[in-house]
Amino acid sequence: MKNLDVKILTKHLDDPTLHTLSGYESHGGYGGLRKALKGGMTPEKVHEEVKAANLRGRGGAGFPAGIKWGFLPKQTEKPVYLVVNADEGEPGTFKDRLIMERNPHSLIEGCLLACWAIKSKTCYIYIRGELFKSYKHVEQAIDEARAKGYIGRNILGSGFDCEIYPHPGAGAYICGEEMALIESLEGKPGQPRNKPPFPAVVGLFGCPTIVNNVETLAYVPWIVENGGQAYADLGCERNGGLKLWGVSGHVKRPGLYELPMGVPMRYLIEECAGGMRGKVPMKGVIPGGSSCPPLLASEIDIALDFESLKQANSMLGTGCLTVFEEGVCTVRLASRIAHFYEHESCGQCTPCREGTGWLHRNIKKLEHGEHLEGGLGLLESICNRILGNTICALGDAAAMPIQGFLQRFGDEWAAHLGAGRCPVEA
Amino acid sequence: MSLAFSENAQRRFDLIVGRYPNLQAALLPVLHLAQAEFGHVSPEVMDFVGHLLGVPPIKVQQVATFYTMYNLAPVGRFHVQVCTNIACYLTGGKEILCHLKQKLAVENKGTTADGVFTLEEVECLAACGTAPAIQVNDPHDPEWPIAYHENQTVASADALIERLRAKAGSNG
Ligand SMILES: Cc1cc2nc3c(=O)[nH]c(=O)nc-3n(C[C@H](O)[C@H](O)[C@H](O)COP(=O)(O)O)c2cc1C
Ligand code: SF4
Repeated sequence: MKNLDVKILTKHLDDPTLHTLSGYESHGGYGGLRKALKGGMTPEKVHEEVKAANLRGRGGAGFPAGIKWGFLPKQTEKPVYLVVNADEGEPGTFKDRLIMERNPHSLIEGCLLACWAIKSKTCYIYIRGELFKSYKHVEQAIDEARAKGYIGRNILGSGFDCEIYPHPGAGAYICGEEMALIESLEGKPGQPRNKPPFPAVVGLFGCPTIVNNVETLAYVPWIVENGGQAYADLGCERNGGLKLWGVSGHVKRPGLYELPMGVPMRYLIEECAGGMRGKVPMKGVIPGGSSCPPLLASEIDIALDFESLKQANSMLGTGCLTVFEEGVCTVRLASRIAHFYEHESCGQCTPCREGTGWLHRNIKKLEHGEHLEGGLGLLESICNRILGNTICALGDAAAMPIQGFLQRFGDEWAAHLGAGRCPVEA
Repeated sequence: MSLAFSENAQRRFDLIVGRYPNLQAALLPVLHLAQAEFGHVSPEVMDFVGHLLGVPPIKVQQVATFYTMYNLAPVGRFHVQVCTNIACYLTGGKEILCHLKQKLAVENKGTTADGVFTLEEVECLAACGTAPAIQVNDPHDPEWPIAYHENQTVASADALIERLRAKAGSNG
């Protein structure tokens, strides 16, 4: 197993001043920016290091950041934008908030380096509206960095100009989807646009735009300082570096743990989070936010990387696990999830708008032991009508977990059919 | 037009609009600002904001009604928001919500007769590691108009309500 003691974003978390500029700099902060701008690292060189790092996007899809940056047009008259996705809202996920509240300068330094690499002079950080403390700390970090000359004109005498602005969301999960986020940032309802064109070609204000997650960018300073290969070596094949893993639910020590990509799920749950909170054994786990199909307790000997989870018919998602114990009714849990997607559908596509409500209504019936016309096959068929038939991936995100519950807990679901009550919970 | 920003809010407005290449992009932050100033986003406030930003009223309305954080009608002094999504569901968020509904004698999204509390069931607050979580909006608090209360129990949520009630009693 890899060295589990290396830390990057959480290394100095015990310093209560880490969120201030002086705190961050006392631990070598902004060393990556100095190395790039004063040490003669060209934008191309920074981009190469990020590519070599195998840094996979931490927003859920795991797309390699270096490759995404390469999709920008080589020549353009238009400004290029960097947009940070800080809309953290996927149920079960609570990692970007930690970075923004406790280590916001790592994000700011990462934004500056990314802007340098993609030749952007303007970055917006779209922060979920409810995360007020995150907004405040990011805004303060920007002000401090500007006062120190890290943001603004001619940064560190390099000739590089760059502005970073915080932008508050206003309560809509769908704005985490990158095209909805761009619409929202333009002052419109957060309704996803069709892709293509992809944001790298036609994004914010019609200009080439890169959208990256908070955590993705916060790792960039370390990569620039220590080299892409060194970062890649910390993780596993095709999944470079470390990640913030979350564990919540029925475990003894819920929280965030920074560990390499590819770490065994069992280690995270049992060693880090201390295993189950009481004597009741584990029943299952939702691996990376509510859109990921659940795994059974017997399946946790799995490496936490994008490919392994996919092979298990699930997804790594945001890397924040929700663990639940025996006695939890998976129909009721899924019903809560289905309620969420019905509530958050933006309503543009019929399969999503109607399908999410239809799914929720029927799972709710099942929850109470009612009979379903067509049995569990009805739920399958609703999922199949949504999957792949919508503008954005929210539709898939609503259908996939339900298919997963049916696959893993089908017997329990079948036992609800016509039972007149929930056969699991007393 | 009868509405106007205070001097402070006007300064904030100028700062915000300077961040974008066009005025419409400032709509979300300016609606937040207006809600903080005027209490809720009434049709009059929408017109005011639309006028400031040169955005037609219908577009302001589309935005104000799309996002959950804009209150289209007055809410209580404290907007108490209880998460019941997966991590909070597993750790007692539902029980807390039920208790508060009884304690305050309101249904979901209801406001107490004295106008002190509005209670609402909400979606994941990104506090799953410290679940269950409650968010409390207090527009009178200039420092922390939105505060999180984490690792809650029925008892601690009950005590939280009492603390807020006392706060409302002491400074109105
Ligand atoms: C419905 C939906 C919600 C999403 N929510 C988020 C989110 O809250 N934060 C995030 O970073 N990405 C979210 N994403 C993924 C983004 O669309 C996008 O892939 C990501 O921000 C890209 O950044 P990355 O490559 O650094 O991961 C969401 C996607 C969908 C379909
Ligand atoms: S899939 Fe759902 S959320 Fe996405 S664009 Fe269509 S209706 Fe909106």
